[in-house]
Amino acid sequence: MNETSVLVKDHDSFQEQQPILRVEGLKKYFPIKKGIISKTVGSVKAVDGLDFSVYPGETLALVGESGCGKSTTGRAIVQLDKQTEGTVFFEGENLSNLSNAALRKTRTQMQIIFQDPFSSLNPRMRIGDLLAEPLLTHQKISRKEAVEKVDDILKIVGLTPSHKSRYPHEFSGGQRQRIGIARAIILNPKLIVCDEPVSALDVSIQAQILNLLKDLQKEFQLTYIFIGHGLGAVKYISDRIAVMYLGRIVELGTTEEIFKSPRHPYTQILLNAYPIPNPHLRGRERIVVKGDVPSPANPPSGCSFHTRCPYAQEVCKQVSPVLTEEKRSVACHFPLA
Amino acid sequence: MSMASTKLGNKKPLPEIPLNIIEDLGKEESYLSLITKRFIKHKLAVLGLIVFVLIAFMAIFAPWIAPSSPTRITGDFAASPSSAHLLGTDQVGRDLLSRLIYGSRVSLSVGIGAVAIYVTIGTILGAVAGYFGKWIDMLIMRVTDVFMSFPYLMVILVLVSIMGPSLTNIILVIGLLGWPAVARIVRGSVLSIKEMDYVMAGVALGYSTPKIIFRHILPNCLAPILVNATFGIASAIILEASLSFLGLGVQPPTASWGNILTEAQSLSVLANQPWLWVPPGMLILLAVLSINFMGDGLRDAMDPRSIK
Amino acid sequence: MFQYMVRRILIAIPVLFGVTIFSFLIVNLAPGNPVDMQVNPYATEADIQTKKEALGLNDPIHIQYVHWLVNLAKGDFGYSFSTYEPVLTMIVDRIGPTLLLMGAALVLAYVIAIPIGILSATKQYSWMDYFTTSFSFIGISIPNFFLGLGLIYIFAITFQIFPTGGMNTLGNEGGLMDTLAHLIMPAIVLATGIAGNMVRYVRSSMLEILGQDYLRTARSKGLKEFFVVNKHALKNALIPIITVIGVDIPMLIGGAVVTEQIFQWPGLGQLTIQSIGSRDYPTLMAINLMAAIAVLLSNLIADMLYSVADPRIKYN
Ligand SMILES: Nc1ncnc2c1ncn2[C@@H]1O[C@H](COP(=O)(O)OP(=O)(O)OP(=O)(O)O)[C@@H](O)[C@H]1O
Ligand SMILES: [Mg+2]
Repeated sequence: MNETSVLVKDHDSFQEQQPILRVEGLKKYFPIKKGIISKTVGSVKAVDGLDFSVYPGETLALVGESGCGKSTTGRAIVQLDKQTEGTVFFEGENLSNLSNAALRKTRTQMQIIFQDPFSSLNPRMRIGDLLAEPLLTHQKISRKEAVEKVDDILKIVGLTPSHKSRYPHEFSGGQRQRIGIARAIILNPKLIVCDEPVSALDVSIQAQILNLLKDLQKEFQLTYIFIGHGLGAVKYISDRIAVMYLGRIVELGTTEEIFKSPRHPYTQILLNAYPIPNPHLRGRERIVVKGDVPSPANPPSGCSFHTRCPYAQEVCKQVSPVLTEEKRSVACHFPLA
Repeated sequence: MSMASTKLGNKKPLPEIPLNIIEDLGKEESYLSLITKRFIKHKLAVLGLIVFVLIAFMAIFAPWIAPSSPTRITGDFAASPSSAHLLGTDQVGRDLLSRLIYGSRVSLSVGIGAVAIYVTIGTILGAVAGYFGKWIDMLIMRVTDVFMSFPYLMVILVLVSIMGPSLTNIILVIGLLGWPAVARIVRGSVLSIKEMDYVMAGVALGYSTPKIIFRHILPNCLAPILVNATFGIASAIILEASLSFLGLGVQPPTASWGNILTEAQSLSVLANQPWLWVPPGMLILLAVLSINFMGDGLRDAMDPRSIK
Repeated sequence: MFQYMVRRILIAIPVLFGVTIFSFLIVNLAPGNPVDMQVNPYATEADIQTKKEALGLNDPIHIQYVHWLVNLAKGDFGYSFSTYEPVLTMIVDRIGPTLLLMGAALVLAYVIAIPIGILSATKQYSWMDYFTTSFSFIGISIPNFFLGLGLIYIFAITFQIFPTGGMNTLGNEGGLMDTLAHLIMPAIVLATGIAGNMVRYVRSSMLEILGQDYLRTARSKGLKEFFVVNKHALKNALIPIITVIGVDIPMLIGGAVVTEQIFQWPGLGQLTIQSIGSRDYPTLMAINLMAAIAVLLSNLIADMLYSVADPRIKYN
């Protein structure tokens, strides 16, 4: 990947607009059931209070270790799972207030691309049917027009119209991911949640798919929420980055800021774990991460990161830091300079 | 079901593959032809299919194949096999071969009719239980448990005796009671399939719930349903034959393999007129065996563990 | 495991109630009621009404159900429409022979099927394996009544080794050898289908176990094949069989109806057929209810035994 080609958009221009998506106090707890009558004895706090906005045309990345709640957030945004608490506003509309019918309509405006290209396509459907189905469901168009649109979209994502009559198992992982992307954009959505769209793919194919996503964003004015734990892809594609730890955002800023001067100790650790040599971090002493990720069912008191934080003080064990309300926000009692 | 790897190496990036190679992939075998190939390798299953097709042929073309009408009373009573009556005649003097040929119609219509009814019921109940979960699932599964607790043949006997024995009633009763096993199977499959990303994609695309269940979930649990239905046809045929044998099924003069055997409950018929009971018994065995072989072949062919 | 057991029992309770409701509904659905069946032909309509009122037959259906259930709990199954005897007495008279027949069949089936299944698996793809597999299919596919008739024809009529039916030769009631001679053929008929299933089940369960790694290691360490098969595989392969009993019981009960009819075996199956002939619904439903409870209990016990035998399994 050519790092110098990273195109950093002027993020200030985004913030002047109305956000396309606003997430307020989002929580998702999974109950832990035990015992004879399945009594709820606790909960996995997969997402534990998220606030952020996404602006039209930008790419916001959610990064963090496995299990920190990225996918859960993504699924709650497109309402695949009902959140436990909090609100998701899409274009100013509270999604929880929508009727089922209205929600089905709104859903066409926000789509999701899945991580595993082998389970994201119905194995019993031909690609043509699979792609025509959204059109025939939501738009009053004839079969013929739908087929034309499918042909167009296949070309756009780098496949050919002749692929229509094939079944998913006849494609490679990268090709399947292209089909998944085609399905996500065929209804002209505004927002797409990309849940680790390249991590199941070969490194050589990852770049192609990322480039495709970038091209599509430009062509169709798409807004992305890009979930990833590989920092390479995230750095390449995103304008802003939200770093998550145990269901919360610990730091949020532009890609450049985050990579250049991480303010949260956890961000720093993540960047250090990122194998590609980074000139800005070189020479600093390497931080050793102590201990494992705590269980989201029983997160530590105070700052949930204090058990692993090399700079933790007494206050960190007791008081949970809040995310500062600036453009560059960090949730830490002792942010790095 | 993982049918992931194809002849196209997953590792190669797309642009490096010349288009004509991609086109060649069109000849890639589909799921159906894969199953067919594996089924054909199962010799007993193929044999079963052939026998089953022959029996179906016999049922469909009965009027053209049968030497005489199954209900016409000829002059001879309980005549032993002769050139006039290849398999002899029964106590009332009807040509046995004709009765056997027509009897296949009863067996097949009970087998297929009853199974079609209960597979439909079981699939819908199982899908609803699996998809919606919660109390609906709880309720449906407990009702399933209740139905499964009654020994099948016993309840069928009681219901048939209440409704009156007839072909339609037998189909209905078996159809209305046979669904629990299907419901369990379908529920299990739906539980796992509804978590698949392609179902999630359907939800995200705003598809209606029935569409998601019928178009995206159920087609993917067809394999176990099909296997169960095949074995189900065999056991429905045995059930009908047993009921008719006991005099509680298809009533004479209509010919059914089971009711032809009823006469053999008399020891003198059993001892002295084996042509009255050996051929229908063998036909039931043959039909049931062939269908069971097919079911076994189908199960092996569709076993997800062995499909690569 | 203890929790699992308690849960399993708790689930069985609503099912048990469901079973009684279903039984009750069917008795009520059936034409005829105790009064119609018992009154003398000269009773007036008013007499019948009084009698019905006294028996609670005019109460709303759910009240009737509760009454019926309370009576059941007291062991009162009502009166037979045909003999006017208490249903319970009739059942008690018949249950012995049926239990004897079913027990004999179950033992016979398992004693034959388990070793054959194991042998078949250890010699997979051998001549013997094909032979037993095909034969088990025939066992599953052959209708009870046809097999029964065939056995009678060969062993009772042609060779006259066994009696054609009944449980005892007239005047020889209580003779053990005599009963045994009468028992053999019906037991074989009843056992055949179950044995056919069991062979296939044991075989595939055994094959699965034999393919597992720890057994391969055990073999490579030079243990004798026979020893490997016996010590390690056997136990693990046979544990799942416990659950099959839960499937076999309903099969046994259904099969007993036909088998008892063919062999004139004086058990509940025969009583069932007689009751159907005389439209004796109270008796029929009592038999059905008992059978259902037996199935429910055997499933429950099978699941419990399984959880004891194989603590590795997780339940939720
Ligand atoms: N359906 C569920 N039931 C119970 N717990 C769940 C469920 N889904 C997710 N979790 C838990 O919620 C937490 C967050 O999961 P999530 O999938 O959102 O993580 P993630 O950040 O996407 O991780 P990854 O990078 O591995 O995809 C995990 O601890 C997970 O175990
Ligand atoms: Mg995830």
